[in-house]
Amino acid sequence: MEIIYAIWLRNMLRFVRSRSRIIGSVMMPLFLLLFLGFGLNNVVQMPGIAGSYLVFLIPGMVAMSVMFTAVGSGVQILWDKQFGFLKETLVAPVSRLEIMLGQTSGGATTAFLQGICILVPALLIGLNVPNLPGFFVALVFMVLIGVGFTAFGIALASRMNDMTGFQLIMNFVIFPIFGLSGALFPISSLPAWIAPLTLIDPLTYGVEGMRYGLTGVSQIDPFICIAVSGGFCIATVVIGAYLFRKIQ
Amino acid sequence: MTAALHIQNLTRHFKDLVAVDNISFDILQGEIFGLLGPNGAGKTTTLSMLATMLAPTSGSATVNGIDIMKDPDGVRRSIGIVFQDQSLDEELTALENMDFHGRLYRIPAAVRNQRIDELLRLVELQDRKNDLVKTFSGGMRRRLEIARGLIHHPRILFLDEPTLGLYPQTRNHLWNYIATLAKDEGITIILTTHYMEEADRLCNRVAIIDKGKIIAIDTPKNLKDALGGDLVTIKSPDLPGVAAALREPWVIRTETHNDEVIISIRNADQYVSTIVTILNEHKVPITSISISKPTLEDVFLSLTGRTIREQDADSTENMRIHRKMTGH
Ligand SMILES: Nc1ncnc2c1ncn2[C@@H]1O[C@H](COP(=O)(O)OP(=O)(O)OP(=O)(O)O)[C@@H](O)[C@H]1O
Ligand SMILES: [Mg+2]
Repeated sequence: MEIIYAIWLRNMLRFVRSRSRIIGSVMMPLFLLLFLGFGLNNVVQMPGIAGSYLVFLIPGMVAMSVMFTAVGSGVQILWDKQFGFLKETLVAPVSRLEIMLGQTSGGATTAFLQGICILVPALLIGLNVPNLPGFFVALVFMVLIGVGFTAFGIALASRMNDMTGFQLIMNFVIFPIFGLSGALFPISSLPAWIAPLTLIDPLTYGVEGMRYGLTGVSQIDPFICIAVSGGFCIATVVIGAYLFRKIQ
Repeated sequence: MTAALHIQNLTRHFKDLVAVDNISFDILQGEIFGLLGPNGAGKTTTLSMLATMLAPTSGSATVNGIDIMKDPDGVRRSIGIVFQDQSLDEELTALENMDFHGRLYRIPAAVRNQRIDELLRLVELQDRKNDLVKTFSGGMRRRLEIARGLIHHPRILFLDEPTLGLYPQTRNHLWNYIATLAKDEGITIILTTHYMEEADRLCNRVAIIDKGKIIAIDTPKNLKDALGGDLVTIKSPDLPGVAAALREPWVIRTETHNDEVIISIRNADQYVSTIVTILNEHKVPITSISISKPTLEDVFLSLTGRTIREQDADSTENMRIHRKMTGH
């Protein structure tokens, strides 16, 4: 436990130290929310979904930012390898599992905090104050997205040797996961042939779960959302731990 | 004295390359032991195996009496290591880097804080402890890494090229720290280097490693004595005259440099007056004459026919920096 805490603590120290980076990564989704939300409010038709497009977008933007931060925190392992710091951790008398869980908890917390930094202002902009239980439901989904995608990032980083591979993964894996998740549009308005893809996208269930919490409406049953998101977490942590065992 | 380290037929292959080739030796407790060799000799590979970071292809070793294959965690707990490449988190302060290490080795908070305080004082970084490591110079980083490696009170400290790329003055400073550590704390220190002077000045014993093989192992003094000769340096306005006059059977080798002639002679002190007499007979003027002992560079040269050159060091360093930037 103390090892996991040590690594978590390091992540937190790095997080609070990167204030300018935090502001940068908070502003981008908020601007997107404003431009897309107000700009497309009257253009986008949302069949069978109540409320404005802006309110619809809030969970999507928060989930996006949690996911990108989480993947980035997982891939931090690759930077640590590049800058030599990983060796310091690997040569200590600690198990790989502890290191992996430490990085997962640190990354997930970072992603969660980053998500809060967007969620709160976004709710104010959207004048959309959810009820308290709903708000907590959203927080739970943020944690699940954070844990699942940090572990996902660690799994990816364990299989890569340098950052060039990461760029490819960003373009061909992470962006599609975001694009297909229904963060930007209702999944029901997609062409039928894409629908199966959205349903195998783990982020879809996170976004829909948050949407249920914040707006009270979702296109996927919230219990399915929680089951899939939780299952995704468990699967990525197990796979991530397995792949990380072999890192050199 | 018991052996701090016992290495037997240790071998490591990388595909077809034999990076470490069947090496065996013991290191005594409290020794400063140097592993001296050119780039690619297998120094880092050897340390990696001893630190249980890399599995040997064959052979075995015990560190503090603990088998590296059977109980890697036990070995890890009993050693400290400073890697060839920097391994600090630059976004954290010196103190936070130290604290992280202390936590990883499960040292209780009170003890941890006290040791960190002592060690930062030892390496004179007490005033800078709350500064981010990215604001530190190369020498400060190295000192911090050495201090960090000592938090858990290891009985053996591995230093992989501790002064690579540092200024001569900083290097001297670090040598003093290392010597003090061994003397005052009784820590066994194993360092790798390709600086001859470092091995000579600092180490009780040196193993010369080349192409994965140990080609000599002894005290620096014995290694140099084994060459048999001393170096006599003669300065004169007439260097060819000096060289021509001293074609004697007891002169082992003659080299002419910019403004001096260097000759190798066994027991040179007994020949000084003879040399002066011969040069006077040949009417060759002498500006100065001095006797010096051979260096480890001369030892390496005589064993391999090659020199360990400083350019070597610079080129790997550039490579390393390049690798870091391009990510290869
Ligand atoms: N992971 C690896 N994969 C393949 N070859 C390797 C690996 N690590 C080391 N080698 C090779 O093994 C040989 C010994 O390398 P090593 O790093 O031990 O040398 P060294 O003595 O530490 O040299 P330097 O002074 O440059 O640090 C070199 O030829 C190197 O290319
Ligand atoms: Mg090396």
